[in-house]
Amino acid sequence: MKLEVLKELNAERAARRPVIIVTDTANGEQRLVKANDIAADPLRAELSKQLRMGKSGSVEVSGKKLFLNVYAPTAKLVIIGAVHISQALAPLARSLDYDVTVVDPRTAFASPERFPDVPLVAEWPDVALPPLNVDHYTAFVAVTHDPKIDDPALLHAFDRDCFYIGALGSRKTHAKRAERLRAQGAKDSDIARIHAPIGLDIGAVSPSEIAVAIMAEITAQLRLPPKEKEEAA
Amino acid sequence: MLNRDEDILQAAETWQKQGHGVALATVVETWGSAPRPAGSSLVINDDGTFLGSVSGGCLEGAVVTEALDVIASGQPKMLEFGVADETAWNVGLSCGGTIRVFVEKVG
Repeated sequence: MKLEVLKELNAERAARRPVIIVTDTANGEQRLVKANDIAADPLRAELSKQLRMGKSGSVEVSGKKLFLNVYAPTAKLVIIGAVHISQALAPLARSLDYDVTVVDPRTAFASPERFPDVPLVAEWPDVALPPLNVDHYTAFVAVTHDPKIDDPALLHAFDRDCFYIGALGSRKTHAKRAERLRAQGAKDSDIARIHAPIGLDIGAVSPSEIAVAIMAEITAQLRLPPKEKEEAA
Repeated sequence: MLNRDEDILQAAETWQKQGHGVALATVVETWGSAPRPAGSSLVINDDGTFLGSVSGGCLEGAVVTEALDVIASGQPKMLEFGVADETAWNVGLSCGGTIRVFVEKVG
């Protein structure tokens, strides 16, 4: 690997941008493909598939054996609301390798006793969120049921282009939320990005089952190609 | 699995800046039950110091030895380890899988 390629690879990784290194293993020839350049790449189908799966692998293209090494950032999950669902969701997401943070200004909810081993931020979203570097590789879930806490958090998630945004509440609750967010300047396209009611419809009843429904929906959003995603939704 | 490697690529860059010869070994293919998936890597410097893992312990010694050759020659190498391979008697994978490791010089 050329030193310039290694430097660029490290810079992209530090910035939490996905990168794929394509190596011709017969002769060591190598190139770096940034996520934004995949669409114009001759290997776009193979590259986007590997990136979506977050998996490295070999492909054969016109007689050449190429190794596609995928460097995808670790996905993060930010949970707004240290509620009952979050107590089931946080450990589940951790077992799926997400970096999990729980945010809730209500210290009675955000207590270490209720959330062992999970980073907790007992602050309002305007204070808690900026240092968390919420980005495209973040799933964002608002489950407090309290507009004072959920609404500003959702506006932050729109700004940072999270790959998944979900909010708890019935269709009626969500319609009111959409109205409030619009009044605060949210675009219709932003509001359309919110998954509400949250989670895949699997008939979940208990907090643990709702957590499974939420993680299933997040996984589909992360892994499925856009067309199948539409069909699943 | 999502990518959660320790920062061995940063170490490769740092070693290079310090004037070390550095090689990068990457698992490019696996068959059967291999301990580390494709994309797992190991960096080695000319002191024989290494970071990371391509097999969870059983092959690292052999890979480091080959990597020192690659640092000296500058020529990349493909290594294959498995139960059918003669080297398997020396360093084989106890889990019965086969892996192919690409070793290249950095710089």
